Amino acid sequence: MILAELLPLAPFIVLGALLGLDVVAFPQAMISRPIVAATAAGALAGNPLGGLTIGVALEFFALEAMPFGSSRYPEWGSAAVIGGVLFGRVEDGTAGALTVAVLIALVAAGIGGTSMHLLRRLNAAVARRQQARIARGSGSAVTVVQLTGLTIDLVRAGAVTALILALAVPLYDRLLATFVLTPVISRAVVVGTASAVGLAAIWKVTQSTAGARWYLLSGLLLGFGVAWGVA
Amino acid sequence: MTGRRMDTSPRLPVRTWLAVFSRLFAMQGAFNYETMIGNGIAFAMEPALRRLPGGPRGPAYAAALGRHSGYFNAHPYLAAVAVGALMRAELDGVPAAQIDRFRVAAAGPLGSVGDRLVWAGWLPLCSAIALLAFGLGATPLMVLLLFLGAYNVLHVGLRVWGLSVGWTHGLRVARALDAWILRRGPAHMGRATAFVAGVALPVAAHGIIGPGRALLGTVLASVAVSAAIVTALRGKAEGWQLAIVVLLGFTIYGVAR
Repeated sequence: MILAELLPLAPFIVLGALLGLDVVAFPQAMISRPIVAATAAGALAGNPLGGLTIGVALEFFALEAMPFGSSRYPEWGSAAVIGGVLFGRVEDGTAGALTVAVLIALVAAGIGGTSMHLLRRLNAAVARRQQARIARGSGSAVTVVQLTGLTIDLVRAGAVTALILALAVPLYDRLLATFVLTPVISRAVVVGTASAVGLAAIWKVTQSTAGARWYLLSGLLLGFGVAWGVA
Repeated sequence: MTGRRMDTSPRLPVRTWLAVFSRLFAMQGAFNYETMIGNGIAFAMEPALRRLPGGPRGPAYAAALGRHSGYFNAHPYLAAVAVGALMRAELDGVPAAQIDRFRVAAAGPLGSVGDRLVWAGWLPLCSAIALLAFGLGATPLMVLLLFLGAYNVLHVGLRVWGLSVGWTHGLRVARALDAWILRRGPAHMGRATAFVAGVALPVAAHGIIGPGRALLGTVLASVAVSAAIVTALRGKAEGWQLAIVVLLGFTIYGVAR
């Protein structure tokens, strides 16, 4: 993909950079959560409901890995933007659209997570370089380390978004052109997979709380009743 | 001389408070595996440290900045407690050895309490509420406002409270961590999350699939079985990684069929 073809994607790359920055570095207000990031990307693509739909599917996955300290986890900010853009730019009801967009977003989340791991090692190297100045009490050295980390993270998230979008857009269009299963089946598979991961995640989070499993069971019964009633 | 005790606590101008508070949001800007958020702590405190005797060129400023940029780890929101307490200790002239002991002692509790309260409690609860709102037909804007509004009430509130309580109590801030929400909050949030997520899961799934009881029933039955498999495989593979395999297989089948 040449630069001219990347230009229309520029707003999404900027969005991916900003939301990728939110995951850890700044401001951690959870605008990077898939339900927010994918909806924002979908809205930017002219389809906020499509963005929200894929955002909900990705949010189920994101329940599994919360940003605990130094643990490694997928980077959902730029990944959800990528998913939101892909799903938001196709017509509603396109066969395979949700499946392939979620698949690409999951791969992007994994790549983004690896890039964050590398960023942390780079941040350590930057801090080591400034260590002597910081030990002497240089305020500017502390600021340099902090601003360098923020800048690199912004660039990292933007680069992940740009690189994956550049590869994914033509691949996505090609796959959808040859996808033959019905949209309903395609959506059902995505929802089934995402909900299973989400349910296992909620089970893991709540199992250490006394009585929580009964609350979960009660909620599931109530939710099933509501969904069954309106289905 | 009246009987009233003279207030000897240091005072900071509003612009210093604003500078410190705004820097709290970039606490993890240089997060790394060696000093964790140590540099972020020093970065957040720096505007207040300029008020040490001798100013930003004095030895007290240099010593404090060097001390606080070393290893420190805590939950990023509750790190505000440490920032407030350490700022107060430095401006009160507390001995360095005492400050160092506090840094070592505070990191663990501020990490574990924050992790349980926010990452394992409030964040999944807000996610579940947003998923339920989607399933019940809320517009995209409503879902976003609900999620971001609810989540950031606690997020911003914790940073404000943490900075304030740390500054007020200084190195004796441990008693503030006995607050009800920090002790009991995680358990209540765990139960609320379990219930709301339980309701949200089938309702949101229906929101994506659309009408049709047979399909919904089939999907939800497969969800129960698949969730048990994901739980059983914990430690060997993450659910999102297993999902890549499933969706890749389905995509290949859908294209090649």
